[in-house]
Amino acid sequence: MAVVATRNLTKVFKQGALGAVNEVNLETREGEFLVFLGPSGSGKTTLLRMIAGLETPTSGEILIGGKVVNDLTPRERRIAMVFQSYALYPHLTVYKNIAFPLKAQGVDRSLHQQKVEWAASLLGISGLLDRKPRELSGGERQRVALARAIVREPAVFLLDEPLSNLDAKLRLSAREELERFHRRIGTTTIYVTHDQVEAMAMGDRILVLNHGVVRQFGTPREVYDEPADTFVATFLGSPPMNLIELDDVIAGFRPEHFRLAEEVKDADRVAFKFRVENAEYLGAEYILSGCLVGGRADGKKIIARLLLGHTFEIGVTYDFAVPERHLKFFDRSTEKKVQARALTWQ
Amino acid sequence: MAVSQARVRSVGAAKSPLLGFAMFTPAVLYIVLLIGAPFCLAVFYAFSDARIGSKGLHYVGLENFRSILQSPSFHAALKHSIVFTLVAQIIVMVCANILSIALEKPFRGRGLVRFLILLPWVAPVSLGAIGWKWILDSIYSVISWLLGWLHLVNPFDPPMWLGEPKLAMASVILVHCWRLVPFSTVILLAGRTAIPKEIPEAAAIDGAGFWRTLFQISLPMMLPIMSVAFLFGTIFTFTDMTVVYILTAGGPYDSTQTLPSLAFTTGITGSDLAAGAAISVFLVPVLVVIAYLMLRMANRTELA
Repeated sequence: MAVVATRNLTKVFKQGALGAVNEVNLETREGEFLVFLGPSGSGKTTLLRMIAGLETPTSGEILIGGKVVNDLTPRERRIAMVFQSYALYPHLTVYKNIAFPLKAQGVDRSLHQQKVEWAASLLGISGLLDRKPRELSGGERQRVALARAIVREPAVFLLDEPLSNLDAKLRLSAREELERFHRRIGTTTIYVTHDQVEAMAMGDRILVLNHGVVRQFGTPREVYDEPADTFVATFLGSPPMNLIELDDVIAGFRPEHFRLAEEVKDADRVAFKFRVENAEYLGAEYILSGCLVGGRADGKKIIARLLLGHTFEIGVTYDFAVPERHLKFFDRSTEKKVQARALTWQ
Repeated sequence: MAVSQARVRSVGAAKSPLLGFAMFTPAVLYIVLLIGAPFCLAVFYAFSDARIGSKGLHYVGLENFRSILQSPSFHAALKHSIVFTLVAQIIVMVCANILSIALEKPFRGRGLVRFLILLPWVAPVSLGAIGWKWILDSIYSVISWLLGWLHLVNPFDPPMWLGEPKLAMASVILVHCWRLVPFSTVILLAGRTAIPKEIPEAAAIDGAGFWRTLFQISLPMMLPIMSVAFLFGTIFTFTDMTVVYILTAGGPYDSTQTLPSLAFTTGITGSDLAAGAAISVFLVPVLVVIAYLMLRMANRTELA
């Protein structure tokens, strides 16, 4: 096992253009499950590929286990990677796919069978060893890819959106399985995804990226509750945080903190009049969208997320409120988080 | 609306057989007149005693086949054909693989290099072969001149590229490879680019070096398309006589005589039409087997 770190890691594909990855500094902890989260084109995959050794950094350093590995081949970095498409070798059986890294790294032949069987049983694919990849389902392919990755007992695991090719139902169970798998082997893992739910659910910590720049690096709780800027605030959470521009700040609150005034017990709270324009019934909750009425933020679009128990009529204005402790503040020009302050809302 | 649509369709349907027939006929005529008729004629001659300049034409059964099977020059030509085809195909496959690897990744001037590599294929064969005839000439050969300049051969006694049996065969094979490599390169390049980029990357992560990735991952994945290129090249080489005819005309001492050129020299130059036809017809079963294998491979590639 090992710790992965980067120092001012930068990748510029086209000279003069903005880098795909810019000055990224990060350090994993031993055995951590770290998630790179960002929209497509945010540089998360490029960052992962540089750590894997598939992409050469323009500048900066990559360290694995305290050693600079910039000039080492992927093989010498002792990493394993699972690709989005799984990249199984189509002409080889599952057994030979899993045994390939052992062969390539010159592991003693007599150990192959035992190791392949160990990896296969860990992922519950012992019955599939004679099949070819094209005879497997998406979920089975993913497990073969994982088995091929763990069979050589790597120092670091890199996963590039391994769930995105599965259908929604399978994705949930595969996610759970991955989490259990990680707890069991305890290898430092870096996981790339654009899905904030996956990131929140699986990550010990999340590195939020946009345009190749780290926007925030913290635990799921930190990035959700204390977003460092408006990008993180709106990228995490579904529906995203409501943002209201007032004076030189942007005030924000999550849809689940925007509640009926009668339910908000806090003494320090901001009251709003909210006209419902659309209501979506999602079984366990309502998603209301509408706009504020009166006050300085008159007409501002707001999304609210409420548990069942009330009925709302479209076009009617209700009394809503947000506890002050749930208000977040961002600088209007830099969009970075700033200290909480008193605002006049009316 | 529905009625008018139905009418349109019926008018189209009434027209289409004629149109289809008109489109189809030139291809059928071409095949029947230029391939079918000569082929039938060749089979017919192979069982006769047809000779240029003779009016008599009699059925002689398998007499022509018996006589060519007993002729030493036929045996030699068969052997030369097999050597010529196999050696050329092996060299072509190796070179085409190397070129396809070199041309896969983008670099400055790749378009120009690709164009230059394709030139031998698009240039007329006769022109290329005549160029090679000069390059390999006994007096004016630039290869001999270069080797002499490098003190590798005696400039006053240069190798007779087309005048010594072994060298002549090697020269003919070399020129044929020069012609065929571009074609195979294009096919293999297509096969190589069809491999998803992640597969060689996964192999690199798994710890495989260049050779292991080549022999255990890329080549096996390209096997179906390589087989197609190989079999196509085999047919092309086995039936070709242009290079041999222009460079050596089968000489020296019949050392580069292949079956197609033997058929030509026997049937046309030697005016024994029947024997020439029999030699050509002898090629048919061999080619049918290769064509069958090729179609099966192509079919499998489509399915994969």
